[in-house]
Amino acid sequence: MLESNQHSIFQTINAASPIDKVGVEERVARFQTRSIKDDAKAQGLKMVLSMIDLTTLEGKDTPGKVKQMCFKAHHLHDLHPNLPQVAAVCVYPSMVTIAKQALKGTSVKIASVATAFPSGQSNLEIKLADVKLAVDSGADEIDMVISRGKFLSGEYNFVFDEIGMIKEACGVARLKVILETGELCTLDNVRKASDIAMYAGADFIKTSTGKIQPAATMQVTYTMLLAIKDYFEATGKMIGMKPAGGISTSKLALHNLVMVNEILGPNWLHNEWFRFGASSLANDVLMQLLKLESGSYQSPNYFTLD
Amino acid sequence: MSNLEVLKTYKLYIGGAFPRTESGRFYAPVSKHGEVLGNICLSSRKDLRNAVVAARKAQGPWEERSAFNRSQILYRIAELFSDRKEIFLKEFQKQGSSPEEARLEFSTTLDRIVYYAGWCDKFNQVLSSVNPVNSSHFNFSTCEPMGIVALIAPQNTALIGLVSLILPALAGGNTLVALASETLPISAISFAEVLNDSDVPAGVINILTGKQEEIAPIMASHMDINAFISSDLGAIENAIAEACIDNLKRKFTYTEDFNQRESQGLTFIADLQEIKTTWHPIENIGGSTSTY
Repeated sequence: MLESNQHSIFQTINAASPIDKVGVEERVARFQTRSIKDDAKAQGLKMVLSMIDLTTLEGKDTPGKVKQMCFKAHHLHDLHPNLPQVAAVCVYPSMVTIAKQALKGTSVKIASVATAFPSGQSNLEIKLADVKLAVDSGADEIDMVISRGKFLSGEYNFVFDEIGMIKEACGVARLKVILETGELCTLDNVRKASDIAMYAGADFIKTSTGKIQPAATMQVTYTMLLAIKDYFEATGKMIGMKPAGGISTSKLALHNLVMVNEILGPNWLHNEWFRFGASSLANDVLMQLLKLESGSYQSPNYFTLD
Repeated sequence: MSNLEVLKTYKLYIGGAFPRTESGRFYAPVSKHGEVLGNICLSSRKDLRNAVVAARKAQGPWEERSAFNRSQILYRIAELFSDRKEIFLKEFQKQGSSPEEARLEFSTTLDRIVYYAGWCDKFNQVLSSVNPVNSSHFNFSTCEPMGIVALIAPQNTALIGLVSLILPALAGGNTLVALASETLPISAISFAEVLNDSDVPAGVINILTGKQEEIAPIMASHMDINAFISSDLGAIENAIAEACIDNLKRKFTYTEDFNQRESQGLTFIADLQEIKTTWHPIENIGGSTSTY
């Protein structure tokens, strides 16, 4: 039964038509010419804030750094009332316990990367143990990386099965599958990896780890959004999208929202279904919001360092 | 056979590139001989914003260069400026100067660049001090650049006013966002080309063209600009001074005639420096047992 079921899934995955790269670039360029007036912009910027996964994924992360970031997650800029809090913080598994304590009593979620992030170069047992560590420590969301080496050598079954098993290990935690599009080389591969991830059980698909350039370009995000749309039309199931890496300005974030709205519609304009993985985006958005209210351009000197 | 006349497009200078204004607007200033100087970019507040971002990015590295290296770079500006004498003489005259006035403005400008190039590695020694204090501290005060300086160039000169205020700010390790003279803008942009070909790093100087009533208030209220310098702004002077208060900008108004050879000096550099005083715990200074 499983065999035949899988067979049909792979037929679907392979059926996606080849991506017209020039067409994608033209379409994406058009999202960037929308005129967004002040009222809509203020609303959009607040929405961006509420969709941020505030991220620190460095070898030099310390408990102090993580606590500081968690504080920021629900106190974005105390001088300014009525700001939303960010959607989640994103940390390494070893920092989940600390984040959990720091965020007690708030509704900010905790996302943890796992599965030998960022390279994914380990065996299944270790990856599952990594996921278990994060989930047992209290992570609400797991950001896994796919095995890009296996994907590029054509072992799609391996990638599919691996995602399926990680999903099982997540339990109630939502699973975000990082495709690391910067290593997939072509948009056709991005599409194929998106389909594999969604059919294997991903709750979210995510562009990048943030460690590889290029990361979340609009072309890549566009391709993945189309994959989500096709999956929704085929199965009726909504999948979330998370561009991560390289989105550091408000303008780019707003362009992304425009794109989501025009491809997937307003149902996806919620942090349940769309996230930004970013570290410096929040401050830029805050600066733009204050610019809108005060009329003067702001300086990073008056905002938190990270 | 003669070629068609090839006209030059005068654009902005932001972050080491020559973009057109993002607003797409332009104006056509007319010289006092009635000649249209060209279609000049009418900068918007967003051009200013971009220029400030570029200036902020460039400020730290510029400040951290050795004073000697800054001196070399400023001297390099003089080298290339000298090289393009004919172009500037032509432009000064196009903007209404007599041949003699043009030659004078050129030579004064050249001298002024060399003058401030020489100050780069000397002003700090002159402006700093070791202060006597009544405790066991080595107490000294030294200069630090203010950061980003906004400059509204004097309206009545094509280049000498702009250069006389750009150079001392640069010598002291500041970066600049300057608005060229509204009526005489073209040699400011040709000067930007000189800067771009010298070794001045991208973003250290940014030059906009346009209307001072439009750009000056936005400069004054911009929270990431640290100082505001200009000649007398007339009717808007008070409003500008008030807008500078929010982030405690230093504001200086210069009424000198920069065509005069003596309208230069250490004070132009000193105005754009903050003084930092350090208390360093130490045994007694200068006594018979002191090693200092």
